[in-house]
Amino acid sequence: MAIALEASGLGKRYGSTWAVRDLCISIPAGRVVALVGPNGAGKTTFLQLAIGLLTPDTGDPQVFGWSPRDNPTLVLARVGFLAQERPLYMGFTVAETLRMGRELNPKWDLALAEARMRRLEIPLNRRVGKLSGGQQAQVALALALGKRPELLLLDEPVANLDPLARRQFLAELMESVAAEGLTVVLSSHLIADLERLADHLVILAGGRLQVAGDLEPLLEDHRWLVGPTEEIGRVGGTVVQAGTGERQCRMLVRGPAVPRGWTAAPVTLEDLVLAYLGNPDVSALAQPEAVPA
Amino acid sequence: MLDLYLDVRSAVSVYMQIVHQVERAVRCGLLTPGDRLPAAREVVAALAVNPNTVLKAYAELESGGWVTSRAGVGTFVAETAPRAVAADVHDRLVRSLRDWLSEARREGLDQGAIEALFTLTVEATAKERVA
Repeated sequence: MAIALEASGLGKRYGSTWAVRDLCISIPAGRVVALVGPNGAGKTTFLQLAIGLLTPDTGDPQVFGWSPRDNPTLVLARVGFLAQERPLYMGFTVAETLRMGRELNPKWDLALAEARMRRLEIPLNRRVGKLSGGQQAQVALALALGKRPELLLLDEPVANLDPLARRQFLAELMESVAAEGLTVVLSSHLIADLERLADHLVILAGGRLQVAGDLEPLLEDHRWLVGPTEEIGRVGGTVVQAGTGERQCRMLVRGPAVPRGWTAAPVTLEDLVLAYLGNPDVSALAQPEAVPA
Repeated sequence: MLDLYLDVRSAVSVYMQIVHQVERAVRCGLLTPGDRLPAAREVVAALAVNPNTVLKAYAELESGGWVTSRAGVGTFVAETAPRAVAADVHDRLVRSLRDWLSEARREGLDQGAIEALFTLTVEATAKERVA
């Protein structure tokens, strides 16, 4: 299977602080990746390294096998990036913004971008500054999709949108995934959104990779276990999170066996993310590690 | 056309929710053999979900004999799908279930007790049929 984004030993330092450190990652093409982590975990730095907006101090990311540093034009032609602050010229009309896209991108599909605006009922002759936040986000998305990228990186794209605009934006994004088969990496704090969008999960903590993998095996691999506290020693696998009462304890564990007499329940993406964010020292990476049971 | 929806608070995965909804619609006669399911792209646009999820749900329904897909045309409820019960049988069963439920409530059973009793009885009779 083709790999959209790959890195090993990737690091970026600001002064003596590592924003991203020793990142080993491999994202198969066609995935929709949820990139999750607390503020300051290195999500934005990672995305900017991937597209070549930042130069790494260690390692060299590969986008469809090309290094953004050595082959910037090859990489930039295949990658779309939507930054957190959605840089748009407020004085431009929507039509002018899309024409700018055409001037800047060799593969630009103006008809597609204009059709998308019409379908969303965004007037082409209106100035971008006069549009609602949701409409501005749609224009920025059209700008990113109009160049027909194979990999689209989005940094908190829906953070300040109202629920309806958010839904419309994400529906538009998913329709493009369906139509073009592009790979998406999406950073967001909105887990409920990610639940329906993502099929691959990446959690960063303190600049390091904490969890990475296809979502379904990850969810199947984890479970809630409830049982008597005195039998806690019988629980195998990796304990991600444990709430221990005097008699009964409830744990989110990664691993195979359910001890006799304990009850097991499936975990949701939200359970998984919260458990790992709350316990940054525990990791779940593709390469199995020797973790004490 | 079937309107699919999502319960985001459910621990049931998105793709299983889609599978269950289609199965339920077929079982209760909302969909009959030959009816077309919404195209994957329509579901993606309506629910803002990952297209792979919808394709996976449809593939699962197809391997279970619920639907067949015709390339370039769409996905249709299969002739092999379980038939919904006839309307008069359906109504009769609902009536007797209602009678049973009012009796259970009169005896002081709450929702949880009723569901537990129902599930246990379903499982017990399923075992008897196998034995």
